[in-house]
Amino acid sequence: MVVTGFYPDNMSRLNPKGPIIFHTQSLESRESSLSACSFHAASINPFLKSLNRNLKPIYSPAPRPPLLIRRRRRSMAFTKDQLLARLQELKVEFLSCDHPSVMTVEEQAKYVGHLGGALSKNLFLKDKKHRLYIISALANTKVDLKILSQRLGLGKGGLRMAPEEALPEILHVALGSVTPFALINESARSVSLLLDKGFKSQRYCLFHPLTNEVTIALTPSDFDKFLLSIGHEPAYVDLEDCPVVGKDNPPDLAYLIPAEALNLPGGADKVPPTSAPAQTNATLEQKTKQPTQKPKEPSKEQKQKSGNDKPQINVDAVADSTNVEKFVEKVLEKVSNVFISELSKQSNAEDGNIKDHMLEGVKQRVSSDLLSMTMTLKNSVYTQGFHAGIESTLYPLANKKIVERK
Amino acid sequence: MASTTGETLAAAEPIADGRTEEGEEEQVVNPWEVSAKGGKIDYDKLVDKFGCQRLDESLIQRFERITGRRAHVFLRRGLFFAHRDLSDILDAYERGEKFYLYTGRGPSSESLHLGHLVPFMFTKYLQDVFKVPLVIQLTDDEKCMWKGLSVEESERLARENAKDIIACGFDVERTFIFADFSYMSPPIYKNIVRIANCVTGNKIVGIFGLTLEDYGGKFFFPYIQAAPSFPSSFPHIFSGKYSKLRCLIPCAIDQDPYFRMTRDVAPRLSYHKPALIESKFFPALQGESGKMSASDPNSAIYVTDSLKDIKNKVNRYAFSGGQDTIEKQRKYGANLEVDVPVKYLNFFLDDDAELLSIKEKYGSGAMLTGEVKARLIEVLSEIVERHQRARAAVTEETVDAFMAVRPLPRMFG
Repeated sequence: MVVTGFYPDNMSRLNPKGPIIFHTQSLESRESSLSACSFHAASINPFLKSLNRNLKPIYSPAPRPPLLIRRRRRSMAFTKDQLLARLQELKVEFLSCDHPSVMTVEEQAKYVGHLGGALSKNLFLKDKKHRLYIISALANTKVDLKILSQRLGLGKGGLRMAPEEALPEILHVALGSVTPFALINESARSVSLLLDKGFKSQRYCLFHPLTNEVTIALTPSDFDKFLLSIGHEPAYVDLEDCPVVGKDNPPDLAYLIPAEALNLPGGADKVPPTSAPAQTNATLEQKTKQPTQKPKEPSKEQKQKSGNDKPQINVDAVADSTNVEKFVEKVLEKVSNVFISELSKQSNAEDGNIKDHMLEGVKQRVSSDLLSMTMTLKNSVYTQGFHAGIESTLYPLANKKIVERK
Repeated sequence: MASTTGETLAAAEPIADGRTEEGEEEQVVNPWEVSAKGGKIDYDKLVDKFGCQRLDESLIQRFERITGRRAHVFLRRGLFFAHRDLSDILDAYERGEKFYLYTGRGPSSESLHLGHLVPFMFTKYLQDVFKVPLVIQLTDDEKCMWKGLSVEESERLARENAKDIIACGFDVERTFIFADFSYMSPPIYKNIVRIANCVTGNKIVGIFGLTLEDYGGKFFFPYIQAAPSFPSSFPHIFSGKYSKLRCLIPCAIDQDPYFRMTRDVAPRLSYHKPALIESKFFPALQGESGKMSASDPNSAIYVTDSLKDIKNKVNRYAFSGGQDTIEKQRKYGANLEVDVPVKYLNFFLDDDAELLSIKEKYGSGAMLTGEVKARLIEVLSEIVERHQRARAAVTEETVDAFMAVRPLPRMFG
């Protein structure tokens, strides 16, 4: 995104210390994408300076109110502040601590160890069928992806790190900020959360609230409260347990597999949604609290994609049958085969080489003409179809006119 | 585009191409004039001056490897001899990255001769072997500006020329033909203005040798010829993952200035630079000293010529390198350097072995001029007849279909 032109929205009427909304325009997209950035008025001039342009802010009322910005869209990513506001709404108490951006638990411990809570390590994983998981474990818990993969019923190497692009796309967090709180986003509704059962016995659990520049501490029961409020059943699991999975021992965590796979960036979604897993240890009450409204978009997308799979096979067949060169090849082959057999009938002692030579010569001389004639045929036929299409679209309108005239 | 085969304008004095530093240039090659002292164009000098690269044997072999069949006769015999960034296109193609073709014609006259068809025949080959889409620009606006034709006449000529172009055998499933007057629309106009914002009048003067006496449209036209090199000019065809598709432009080398300018602009608009594959000029029947011109019907073989016309023209006007008498011919052989029938056979006779044998025999005297000419008449008649048959089948509806602004769903199929 390049800030190509911007006009301050209602700046002239605002308190100079208040936030100002700038609109940026993307060079690449045909339809300009507007996004709002808020700045405090005082910080504008350094901001402009940082763009290295000799721009003087022009304070004038905006010509058109940008409706996009005014309306809050549900599909927009949640910010840390929005999350914290939601926690406050839920009357969840939490301690919040700002610190520089941390990428590891060790670094995080330096700043928030004093809170006396359990640090979490959070893994964002995917399986071969593009279903996503967050595993949130105590910092000390050993997490063996191979064993977990088997316990989930995904086979031995079924779990991998999710692609980097999925972090901003699905969880709407940056690298190093994976947190169970990301499930507040609509886009993450199908991500399965596995929680270390060790959290239950902790006084406080420490997580990033959508940014790795802050850590919040809250009690396990409050954390459960939050999860239930966003429709996620908290699933506590003994992550270090390694039961043998086999014929007699079905995968014990299979119930945690998400019902839907997601359209991961760059990955084709070919798998139809699996049936909802039976919850053996869930009561009916809890079941109804599960997200019942299956959002329509992904299933539509999946339908479209699986729908696209079918025509793909047909498209190749059509491409073959409209290919002029292949057509001429087949024609010439047929003719030469028949010709050879007829020739052989005439004189058995004919030299094979001479026949082939003759045929090659014939083919060469006739190819160019045949190709040209076939292409002419193809173009003419397409033209007829094209005009038929146009006429058939216009026909009902033409008819209507006649009726109206009467 | 202006004529691609050395057709002179009505201009009185030769237009300077603005790159002369060492005084008077020996040869002049620009979109409106091609001339050289002594008639023979020095292509090596030209390639050096323009800064493009020669198409060497290794590239031709690469073509054959990638496409899986013999390279087109024009490639093998060196008619298409220069390029810019062709190896990049081939590299990308091997990686699975597609490209599209862009060529065009300036519809200045209703009658086309074989020289006009050369770039189209080659482009058809490229379309077939790479299975890529093609856009063809008919610059009726250019002919309006340079030739003083009326708008209506230019439009009419554009449509007539489109029929001959279609008759070259382009695949309607992957070809979009458009005329500037009728296609001018937001997507392409926006690109034209974006390009215009990158090139000053000074640069235009430098590249094309225009002066303030020339009408303003001539300054603006180069931007119009540049715009189809960018896929966003055709959003109905190239959208989504194809919005930054690479472009390959087959053209005659006199069009190089337009695309030098375009290649300069491309990175600033974040597009790939269009690649070029360039051809030499097609010799006139009278030889190097003559110029192929629409006003002289005997300077070229026209697509409307009957078989009798072809026979007549070749026999009477094709410049022969053979000796004056049969005896001399048998003794000394022919001068293959200046012999026009051999040059024509060089480009139109596909059979390498036969061509070699003709050259040997003719050069040594075993073969007579009449025989060579007879073979040429055969070859040309076949081509012209095929073209006429295809042309007869092209109707107004066919042109409409090719020129309809429609998506091309199986353009890479």
